[in-house]
Amino acid sequence: MAALQTLARRCSTSILKRHFSVSSPVAAQMTVRDALNTAMNEEMKRDESVFLLGEEVAEYDGAYKVSRGLWRKYGDKRVMDTPITEMGFAGIAVGSAMAGLKPICEFMTFNFSMQAIDQVINSAAKTYYMSAGKQTVPIVFRGPNGAAAGVAAQHSQCFAAWYGHCPGLKVVSPYSSEDAKGLLKSAIRDPNPVVCMENELMYGTVFEMSDEAMSEEFLVPIGKAKIEREGTHCTLVSHSKSVGLCLEAAQILEKENIFCEVINLRTIRPMDEETLINSVKKTNHLVTVEGGWPQFGVGAEIVAKVMESDAFDYLDAPVYRVTGADIPMPYAATLERATLPGTQDVVLTVKKSLHIQ
Amino acid sequence: MLSCAARLVRAQIQSKPTACWVVAARGYADIVDEATFTTSEYALHKLDEGPSQTVTVTRDDALKYYRQMQTIRRMETAAGNLYKSKVIRGFCHLYSGQEACAVGMEAALTPNDHVITAYRAHGWTYTRGVPPVNILAELTGRKSGVAKGKGGSMHMYGHNFYGGNGIVGAQVPLGAGIALALKYKGSNDVCVALYGDGAANQGQVFETYNIAKLWDLPCIFVCENNGYGMGTAVERASASTEYYTRGDYVPGLRADGMDVLAVREATRFAAEWCRSGKGPLLIEVATYRYHGHSMSDPGTSYRPREEIQEMRKTRDPITGLRERLISVNLATAEEMKQIDLDVRAEIDKAVEQAKADPELPVEEMYNDIFVDEPPFKVRGTNPFMYGMSK
Repeated sequence: MAALQTLARRCSTSILKRHFSVSSPVAAQMTVRDALNTAMNEEMKRDESVFLLGEEVAEYDGAYKVSRGLWRKYGDKRVMDTPITEMGFAGIAVGSAMAGLKPICEFMTFNFSMQAIDQVINSAAKTYYMSAGKQTVPIVFRGPNGAAAGVAAQHSQCFAAWYGHCPGLKVVSPYSSEDAKGLLKSAIRDPNPVVCMENELMYGTVFEMSDEAMSEEFLVPIGKAKIEREGTHCTLVSHSKSVGLCLEAAQILEKENIFCEVINLRTIRPMDEETLINSVKKTNHLVTVEGGWPQFGVGAEIVAKVMESDAFDYLDAPVYRVTGADIPMPYAATLERATLPGTQDVVLTVKKSLHIQ
Repeated sequence: MLSCAARLVRAQIQSKPTACWVVAARGYADIVDEATFTTSEYALHKLDEGPSQTVTVTRDDALKYYRQMQTIRRMETAAGNLYKSKVIRGFCHLYSGQEACAVGMEAALTPNDHVITAYRAHGWTYTRGVPPVNILAELTGRKSGVAKGKGGSMHMYGHNFYGGNGIVGAQVPLGAGIALALKYKGSNDVCVALYGDGAANQGQVFETYNIAKLWDLPCIFVCENNGYGMGTAVERASASTEYYTRGDYVPGLRADGMDVLAVREATRFAAEWCRSGKGPLLIEVATYRYHGHSMSDPGTSYRPREEIQEMRKTRDPITGLRERLISVNLATAEEMKQIDLDVRAEIDKAVEQAKADPELPVEEMYNDIFVDEPPFKVRGTNPFMYGMSK
């Protein structure tokens, strides 16, 4: 019956009106990889002092091809291949920032940043404070963070909590291509040390890009979360790849008339408490979702923040965390899948929060 | 049992610097404008030729070096006393004995060159242009300190001076990074990256040699070898104590770190080397510290008192320069005595101010987290306390 009515409505409009055939503009699409590449390209074009260094970033076009074409375009001076010596080249990158350049220091994955973490924290993050504002360190550390696929324990750690812990550092964690482009551009322009944690599995994911996002001046502000999807029953907050997980879970739950609000943190530090708290006041339920380990993780910090805020009085259930399992990452496919949170984890936890079976 | 470096410094007594010519008269009218001396030999590594052993110094420069070294000496002594009376807290690593290194190197550099060192940094902070009062006030944690009291002994910064670094060895890659920036910008300036005999074994130092050599960075690596890494004598820490050779493919040289003119000449050589695009160079300065590693270390449990006394008596850089100047009539004992008195008065006054000035008000502790950031809330020590960071 409804279909007949729709058909009738359509026929009548086409009879009574004459339409110009207008094709709606196809929104631009971009992979996360290309978004990061574009960000670096645009910022290197804009500012002579911006340069990229890291392992395989130049002649190899990047271990994950994120810096493809940049060396060919900008040459040895602006895109530098380093030896496999993280502590050394990270320190050199920090020193160059202290002397006025704007380095982008790539870690092939953030697992290797552990070898250089002293330079990130003690030489970069703390220096502006220790010098009482005399010495700036305008550096970006970037690279893939967290689990990939089948790379096992030493190559799968999420460092959001470790870097997010430290004052003096800004830490961003993009999800979409728009996030990746806008946040990396903001990070490069920021005169403070910024850690930009990407995700290897997202590099090939295609996202739509608005006209605004395609422009050379497009920036995503550091410190502001994005509400990816509005909802009323439960707030899901996440960062990086897990945002996609939350959106999938929200779609599944929608079929059962449970409407989740999905917040993409975008920035780990400084975290956008205001958006979180306003959302919790609206929905009264909160579930945090991340790929990293539970103990002392991003979710743990969010729980603490909410407990101490006036959003606490609005909670109708404890805040729950969905996280990676509390084990080093196993290799076998089934085990790896079971170690990382899936949509079923999010769905189950939302329902627990809502006291639904 | 003398440490290896102490033995080295002592060995250079055999070829003690001599004057080339001496003026017989002692009257003020016979004061000369410049004099030439011979330094002890420089050991060379992968260098066909090294710095000149014949060094000429003008009267003005000589008196300047004297005054600078004396200022550092008095300032460090004052810091030691302030520490003992608990006005300075935490870490305090004194430079006494090593003055010729900072003053000699600075003599061959310009303010446009860049310097980074480790935590034994008070002397360098001074030669890089920070007045002693602001160094002492930083040590006492007052807001007139060069870092407003927020950094302390190990974190003092100045123009083209990047500290003061607390993590052993971390400053070496930073220094090469500064050199990278200089090269990138097409500048003719160099960066001097200093580290001690203890730090010389750090992996990141070798990582830095590698990149500096690969990329021809204008970086002068300087190992201030004072014979001891904290309480560990060099031969107990290093399989090779020839620190000037440890750069392997990086050419190096060793100079007498107790002779300010030798240090200046070595630095001049190195700076010219780097400025001409030949890549990095490594200088080892054989020097000695009179005090312990820091104020918590008496410095006598791992070396004999006789060794320290002997160094003070026979190899002191300030006494050495004074004797030289008098011996060739470059200056009189009276005018150097006057410099001593002037320096003492300056430091005494600085100490008084360093004790009297106030600390930063507590609200300001939240500042200087980020640059160019609109004011933001920073959590305090309980959930109900916030500061504003500006």
